Amino acid sequence: MLLNYHPVADPLSSYSIFPLGDSAVTIDLGNCIDEQLNIRALALHDWLQAHRSPGILDIIGAYSSVSVFFDPPIVQASGVNGSCGVGQWVEGLLNEAWTATSGRIAAGPIVEGHTFRIPVCYEGEYAPDMQWVARHKGLSTEAIINIHCAKTYRVYMVGFLPGFSYMGTVDPQLELPRKQLPVNVVAGGVGIAGLQTGIYPLTSPGGWQIIGRTPVKLFDPRLDPPVRLQSGDRVQFYPVSQVEFRDLTGRPA
Amino acid sequence: MLDTIQDMGRHGFGNWGVNPGGAMDGYAAQVANLLVGNDKHEAVIEIHFPGPQILFEQNTLIAITGADFSPTVNDEVIPRWQPVVVRKNTVLHFPSLVQGGRCYLSVHGGYCLQKWLNSYSTSLKAGAGGWDGMPLKKGDELAFNESHIYFAGLLKEENNFEALPWRVNTEKIYQYPHEVGFIPGHEWPLLSDAGRKAFLENNYIIHPSSDRMGYHLSGAPLILEKPIELVSSAMSFGTVQLLPGGRLIVLMADHQTTGGYPRIAHVVSAHLPKLAQLRPSDAIQFKLMDLAAAEQMLFSRQKELHILQRSCRDHLNEMVC
Repeated sequence: MLLNYHPVADPLSSYSIFPLGDSAVTIDLGNCIDEQLNIRALALHDWLQAHRSPGILDIIGAYSSVSVFFDPPIVQASGVNGSCGVGQWVEGLLNEAWTATSGRIAAGPIVEGHTFRIPVCYEGEYAPDMQWVARHKGLSTEAIINIHCAKTYRVYMVGFLPGFSYMGTVDPQLELPRKQLPVNVVAGGVGIAGLQTGIYPLTSPGGWQIIGRTPVKLFDPRLDPPVRLQSGDRVQFYPVSQVEFRDLTGRPA
Repeated sequence: MLDTIQDMGRHGFGNWGVNPGGAMDGYAAQVANLLVGNDKHEAVIEIHFPGPQILFEQNTLIAITGADFSPTVNDEVIPRWQPVVVRKNTVLHFPSLVQGGRCYLSVHGGYCLQKWLNSYSTSLKAGAGGWDGMPLKKGDELAFNESHIYFAGLLKEENNFEALPWRVNTEKIYQYPHEVGFIPGHEWPLLSDAGRKAFLENNYIIHPSSDRMGYHLSGAPLILEKPIELVSSAMSFGTVQLLPGGRLIVLMADHQTTGGYPRIAHVVSAHLPKLAQLRPSDAIQFKLMDLAAAEQMLFSRQKELHILQRSCRDHLNEMVC
């Protein structure tokens, strides 16, 4: 799922809008992982949320895009689209959102994200791919942990699974491809892929290299909101031992 | 095999990675509800073959729509796409697969369940919604919401069930079951001329590994003229993604919220019910459509559903008042 990490010359001056079927439209700001583009996408998302009209079902922000999902008959019945097709009207709405948020970007995000410190056990069974990563990169386990914990990461988007946060960017020393075939990843698994890092909130098949596991629950359907991390948040990892991990989860050793 | 509570989906939580889910065949699920006088957003049971056996502990008004699993009540065949009053202590059974992928069972008043994030749909991934986030299993007991209708009055003497005299004509909806309309996806122009031609002319076969998340298609592999790596972005129900090996996958109701494979096409929403009723080893023929035509089909379907809702309620009121 990667990636052109190299921002285009003037990433904030161009965009494209295209249908994602007959019930969704996407505005794409440029196919890359870039903090400025992501901030812009968040601003677009927030503007669209604030200007929701009947029939708009969802607004999903991603790395450098925002998609608006809608129910065409409800939009049509509300009459907002006039003589336009519904999809066409939503494209117009996205254009309007682009213009409305253009001046705002220099001032930074509308809502500052939260910063979280998240414990990760990088040892033993909790880090099934650590040895492979160490060999592949010619680094010691210790060096990998230091590099992974040195940066504060931005949560660029949440997707794939409930509460799966795509964070970055990882130091290029740890840049690695995804696995060819997904394997089962236990909930809490902390993975890296390309210049991204993320946490599997649920046990699921996954293709990222798993270098640790966090005892922190990032998704709990009984909580409101059920997810801990959201776009625009910041995350710093810190290492804990296996004993500390078990203490934190309350599980017996 | 897999019976879950579904409704018209959980919308508005994509930013948390929570997908809409919902009935695979949203048309059949809505109609099941309308036939028994429910709101179209009530919970229904989505049933895959082989279906469950269900004992009704009270007189109940039900409707079964979607796939034909030859439903019977105490071994007597009951009609589909039609409201049926079933007598207390009878057993609903689905003995054989005649046609289709999944059927829907509604009960008048709806099932008595808690919503999660504004929807009854079961999210197996999240372990939430519907029947506590799980498929239904042997021994489960579902309560209905209370009804003011005296169904016993509609049952004749010793009959185990009574079909009420209104039904839905679904001929148009499921006509040409293998023809699936699409509008081009954003990466459609990146296919070679030959690739686009192949997509339009070849049949694709639904692979056995297909499920509620997506239909894997077997057929001529497609290749982009210039490979492209995409950062993840939102995907929708019906998006046809091109996997790295040239294989195609159509995202279905339980698809992930986001993905990064090229978007070759999007199945038009009005044809998703048809697609939902196809089964592994069935063939698909893709047909190019334009957005305006795709929208138009949704508008006319919505109109028909409005009329159906009104007339079902009128009929029901006449029967019981």
